[in-house]
Amino acid sequence: MRKFWTLLMREIRSYFYSPIAYIVLVFFLLVSGMDFYLQVSFMNQRPINYTILEAFFNSVFFWFAFVLIFPLITMRLFSEEFKLGTIEPLMTAPVRDWQVVLSKFFGAYVFYVVLWLPTLIYFVIFQKITHQPAAGSAGAYFGSYLMVLLLGMFYLSIGCLASALTKNQIVAAVVSFCLITLFFFFGLVQYVLLDVSGATRDFLGYFSALEHMGTYSRGIIDTRPIVLYLSMTTLVLALTYQAFQSRKWRL
Amino acid sequence: MIKVENLTKRYAGHTAIKDLSFEVGRGEIMGFLGPNGAGKTTTMRILASFLPPTSGRASIAGFDVFHESLQARAHLGYMAENVPLYNDMRVTEYLDYRAALKGVPHRRVGERVGDVKELCGLREVEKKMISALSKGYRQRVGLADALLHEPDLLILDEPTIGLDPNQIRQVRELIKNLGKQHTILLSTHILPEVEMTCSRVIIIHHGRIEACDTPENLLGGIRQAGGVVVEAKTGNDDGVEELKKISGVREVSTDKEGEWKIFSLRVESGVDVRPEVFQLAAARRWSLRELTQRRATLEDVFVELTHPDEA
Repeated sequence: MRKFWTLLMREIRSYFYSPIAYIVLVFFLLVSGMDFYLQVSFMNQRPINYTILEAFFNSVFFWFAFVLIFPLITMRLFSEEFKLGTIEPLMTAPVRDWQVVLSKFFGAYVFYVVLWLPTLIYFVIFQKITHQPAAGSAGAYFGSYLMVLLLGMFYLSIGCLASALTKNQIVAAVVSFCLITLFFFFGLVQYVLLDVSGATRDFLGYFSALEHMGTYSRGIIDTRPIVLYLSMTTLVLALTYQAFQSRKWRL
Repeated sequence: MIKVENLTKRYAGHTAIKDLSFEVGRGEIMGFLGPNGAGKTTTMRILASFLPPTSGRASIAGFDVFHESLQARAHLGYMAENVPLYNDMRVTEYLDYRAALKGVPHRRVGERVGDVKELCGLREVEKKMISALSKGYRQRVGLADALLHEPDLLILDEPTIGLDPNQIRQVRELIKNLGKQHTILLSTHILPEVEMTCSRVIIIHHGRIEACDTPENLLGGIRQAGGVVVEAKTGNDDGVEELKKISGVREVSTDKEGEWKIFSLRVESGVDVRPEVFQLAAARRWSLRELTQRRATLEDVFVELTHPDEA
């Protein structure tokens, strides 16, 4: 366990040593801040029947920033170690492959959580200034951020997998971006296909991140997405573990 | 300490090492020589559990490097070729991290990191970023890292490559001292270094072991076991004919420097022909200004074994 912690701390620290982390942080704050600002100004123009929290988590801006950050966070995880050769001292130390894979995943996850923390302030400020509730209930906050954590978990694991497959960070970024958008649009297929049965439509709906966020940000906690994202993350991390081990045969 | 049996590693398209077998005993300093691409790094990487062998077995301190790799790695201090390091860390920070990773007990980390910094002369750069270190210091950080957990065995892949002569001397001294407590397997291209530090030498070529012996035995065993250089004014004599008559002399080649003739004699191993040369010179009234026995070096052994045609 101590080795895992050591590895995890090194991963987290290395994020904050690299300029990419700060670029991602600034980019994300800019886009999410812009999102929030625009939603508030929409609300000022006409009466609406949803809360600022729902608007914030379901806008185009949100999704735009959302799918972009994952490749940026994960591309260097394994690729950089392969490229610099630091994988050699790392893996000749008495550490297990799964300790390395999990420490990289959770390192990225911690950074992801840090990325989201400042957005909580938006809602605090909103309530302070407008004296209006930012969400319908406490459950809506819980639901929105829970979905952020679940989706993040899944998309970060995809990024880990892409990075474990190549020593080229750009390739890793492009592959993970493609996979993530693929999964993202998979859930949107139901809006494109017109002549499909209701059952197919429902089935595709299970995979729709948009729909999940829609329900969760209203404070409705459906357990199906939880199972979906937890099991998908586990699966992709297992694949990452395999991909990481395959370095021995590919070299 | 190291036991290698019939180790073979094939990459797509070519075989890096073929059927390698050798043993390194506790307390030995084993030199691992061979031309570039001979399979040195591959062998060392297999021993460090970084690459799996295609066939064959290898063990470190009794632990199989493939099946019990964690225990094997725990007994091993490995320094990779070109010493890859995390550039975004500081020296002490990196060593602390590596110590924890290698399972050095918490309360001993400070002490061990201090010790290896002292031993490898890293005190003056301990607070520096690794990215700002010179090649020589990076090399020392790699060595310090390999020593952190007081491993029984050190595997060093070209520890002196890219260093200046002073640094090479320092590292050599360090390795010699380490050899008192550790078993060491080191690869290098600098042959005098091997002669000075290693108790045994393996020469590998095209993935096969060409020789495995002490440096003394290797030197004794080669065809071209040294020679004698004679510089003389031979007057009307040709010189070559007379010198060839001395028993033990196989071949004589000549060169000229003004009126002085320089004879290079190839002699059979174990024969000293210098007294005969001197007597010949005295008898024929040659003036002699040099009469030296050239010792064969490991370089000769290396060249003979790895380029048999040109030797």
